[in-house]
Amino acid sequence: MNTIKQFSIFVENRQGKMAELTRLLADAGIDLRTLSLADTRDFGILRIIVNQPEQAEALLRENGWTFQVTPVIGVKVPDRPGGVAEVLEALDAANVNVEYMYAFVNRIPGRADTIFRVDNEEAAFRALTEKGIDTLEADEAYNG
Amino acid sequence: MAHYWHEDIECMSREDMRKLQSERLVAQVKHVYEHVPYYRAKMDEKGVTPDDIQSVDDLHKLPFLSKADLREAYPYGLLAKPLSECVRIHSTSGTTGKRVVAFYTQHDVDLWEDCCARAITAAGGTDEDVLQVAYGYGLFTGGAGLHGGSHKVGCLTLPMSSGNTERQIQFMRDLGSTILCCTPSYAAYIGETLHDMGLTPDDIKLKAGIFGAEPWTEEMRRTIEQSLGIKAYDIFGLTEISGPGVAFECSEQSGMHINEDHFIPEIIDPETGEVLPEGEIGELVFTAIDKEAFPMLRYRTRDLCKLTREKCGCGRTLIKMCKPMGRSDDMMIIRGVNVFPSQIETVLIEQGYTPNYLIEVDRKNNTDTLDISVELTAEQFSDKMKDVQDRERSLAAAIKTMLGISPKVHLVSPKTITRSEGKAVRVIDRRKLHD
Repeated sequence: MNTIKQFSIFVENRQGKMAELTRLLADAGIDLRTLSLADTRDFGILRIIVNQPEQAEALLRENGWTFQVTPVIGVKVPDRPGGVAEVLEALDAANVNVEYMYAFVNRIPGRADTIFRVDNEEAAFRALTEKGIDTLEADEAYNG
Repeated sequence: MAHYWHEDIECMSREDMRKLQSERLVAQVKHVYEHVPYYRAKMDEKGVTPDDIQSVDDLHKLPFLSKADLREAYPYGLLAKPLSECVRIHSTSGTTGKRVVAFYTQHDVDLWEDCCARAITAAGGTDEDVLQVAYGYGLFTGGAGLHGGSHKVGCLTLPMSSGNTERQIQFMRDLGSTILCCTPSYAAYIGETLHDMGLTPDDIKLKAGIFGAEPWTEEMRRTIEQSLGIKAYDIFGLTEISGPGVAFECSEQSGMHINEDHFIPEIIDPETGEVLPEGEIGELVFTAIDKEAFPMLRYRTRDLCKLTREKCGCGRTLIKMCKPMGRSDDMMIIRGVNVFPSQIETVLIEQGYTPNYLIEVDRKNNTDTLDISVELTAEQFSDKMKDVQDRERSLAAAIKTMLGISPKVHLVSPKTITRSEGKAVRVIDRRKLHD
């Protein structure tokens, strides 16, 4: 039971910025496990999970990107109707707020692994465990 | 204990001060008109004669002098006394073109040193003090001004000049200096060196410092005060007007009292030259009303400033000026409002941003637009969109409060603005392209 390191990166809304960022990671051999982008008129926040968090952090810092390392949790959501609803209900019952969420690209049949950003990771883990919902180990998220 | 050097002047009633200023101004205008053909030509051109100046209320009728005039009239064109009566010159560093040379009679040196004596007294100095002058000596006014003021007060004066920091500290310890006078950056360096030498403020006897000749922040003041264990006082001056001591800080540390019995300040709109009401931000203008050799009338400093005449806790009635906020050359008029980049910079620093920003002004559908790009640092960034948007909104609101007009704020990545080589470009005014 541990949190996953997500990189939240500030990306200006300018042509080529996303390409520049992903090329930087690619050239260092860093693989994007999953990503999500929130955007406004002027800027976006790119959230990524990578296979080599330490290398990625050093690389982003060296190249002057504005970013944060955010703890998120990965949930093995059952891939059937009601799967996500059950997870959200369990979190809600434990008074855990979800700030945002996004899914992994399909990995394992029967599972829709999903990243949750919550305001209380510990309470979230407890609530999910009680309901028998599996979470992802960090290593599984990076390399699974 | 002497709190004031010239109590009668420093605590004079407003009415008496106006009377004194008016008498001196009337006489000064006559003196200049008769002895400075360069300025007489300016007055003639404006249709002003000495008879038009009856009191300080008529000051606004006089033409301005600027740095350009000083350069044009270099070296003797603004001299108002024969050289035989002058005893000294000082000069500006001349980094932006020709040097400016100012002349002093013995009377001019005396009044200047008195101004410095007022500053030293306001910082708690008496004849019991040991005053270390670590300003440069020479053409620069810093060393000579405080040196002279220190003599007047009767302090034991250590004419160290700047540099050789370990020796500064050695003298400070061996001779028990109680007051240090130098630039604030040098004071900070002396503080660092003291600590590098394994010493603390307890190893020296300093109690006060008088620092000026360059811009410094409140944060820097606190650093210096802590590292040297002193109270740090600001002092303001310019060679054209005399030197340090044109204005000085008192123990309230809330602005500098202008020695207005010698130098009348005005705040003008840098664009129109109109005098602005007290409390408004504009360009600081000085008129030297009793200097003999180099009497500047309505000299435009290009410093942006604000004057206040609120009652001061120290008992002085002399008008106060704030720290200069930037240069008037930078002013823009946006939607009819005067905007200075320094105002925007102040808000940015208050809100924890770096002073790397870009102001873009344009005109769309006959309305001026103001766009401000600001670099977002990792500490201010959040993975939550709402937090970042709230930050953007609160910055825009704070800038609106400061300027009175709404900007569009754009958060950008670090290093995207600071790419300029040499002097940073902070303002792009595209309206000019349409004209």
